[in-house]
Amino acid sequence: MLTAKIYVTLKPGVLDAQGDTVKSALETLGFRGVADVRIGKFLVIRLDGHAREQTAAQVEEMCRRLLVNPVIEDYSFELEEAGG
Amino acid sequence: MKFGIVVFPGSWSQQDFYHVIVNVLKEEACYLWHKEADLQGADCVILPGGFAHGDYLRTGAIARFSPVMKEVARFAKRGGLVLGSCNGFQILTEAGLLAGALLRNDCMHYRCKWVHLRVESQQTPFTSAMTRGQVVRMPISHGEGRYYIDDAALKQLVENDQIVFRYCDEGGELAKEANPNGSLDHIAGVCNARRNVLGLMPHPERAAEAILGSEDGRVMFASILDTFARA
Repeated sequence: MLTAKIYVTLKPGVLDAQGDTVKSALETLGFRGVADVRIGKFLVIRLDGHAREQTAAQVEEMCRRLLVNPVIEDYSFELEEAGG
Repeated sequence: MKFGIVVFPGSWSQQDFYHVIVNVLKEEACYLWHKEADLQGADCVILPGGFAHGDYLRTGAIARFSPVMKEVARFAKRGGLVLGSCNGFQILTEAGLLAGALLRNDCMHYRCKWVHLRVESQQTPFTSAMTRGQVVRMPISHGEGRYYIDDAALKQLVENDQIVFRYCDEGGELAKEANPNGSLDHIAGVCNARRNVLGLMPHPERAAEAILGSEDGRVMFASILDTFARA
């Protein structure tokens, strides 16, 4: 069993309204020095099998076809052996 | 003329479209369930507003894979008329039938209000009865309507005259306050390069009768009917 941890983030040039709102909330709470907040998605997908290369290709395709919109988002992922 | 209105789980504007087409325009309409890969001979396909599949993952991200969407893409490729409003616009961008993407409103609020739109192009089957520069009034109702596209693709949209509507004030000026969601360049609606697919965030079907506050949306339907009659 492998676990794919996928990070989906808004592209650098895309305004993140949610992130900006959280930034101002942090400032309201007195946190100083918050330069920027960006909010993305974190997906955890457990996959059968141990063939890393094949699984990586599969996750790549999942990202390309469904999980990520390339117009606005970037992504990265890591594969780990799932414990248990 | 026969209109096919696609219904996804979570669509909510299909009955408003049906009402306008059948009761106001006296034309034919049918519902197209998203699981059926059949457009039932529709002359114009409508993707209505709502929250298809709960807007999960991204708005329109799951809906684009419904069986009916393959047929819609095929229909569009043959030159068939496809109109997407609100969630329908979001689905068309996710499906790659229109350029760009719709993001969360910059104000973070769900915006449900009347807006003014400037007609930027009358060279489409959906706006042929309007005039370039004309200001029309329609309601919006969305939380994720901020149009975004990268610079290179925006340049192409402008060059090809594919920006069809822009948010403006009553006088037609692109005032910052008149942009309800932070859309890039005030963009409220775009068409494809072939001009037979249009997506817009506002709701023409909610502005098709005087008793509801505006008949401007009706001009869009009149354009479609006129285009069809000439074809």
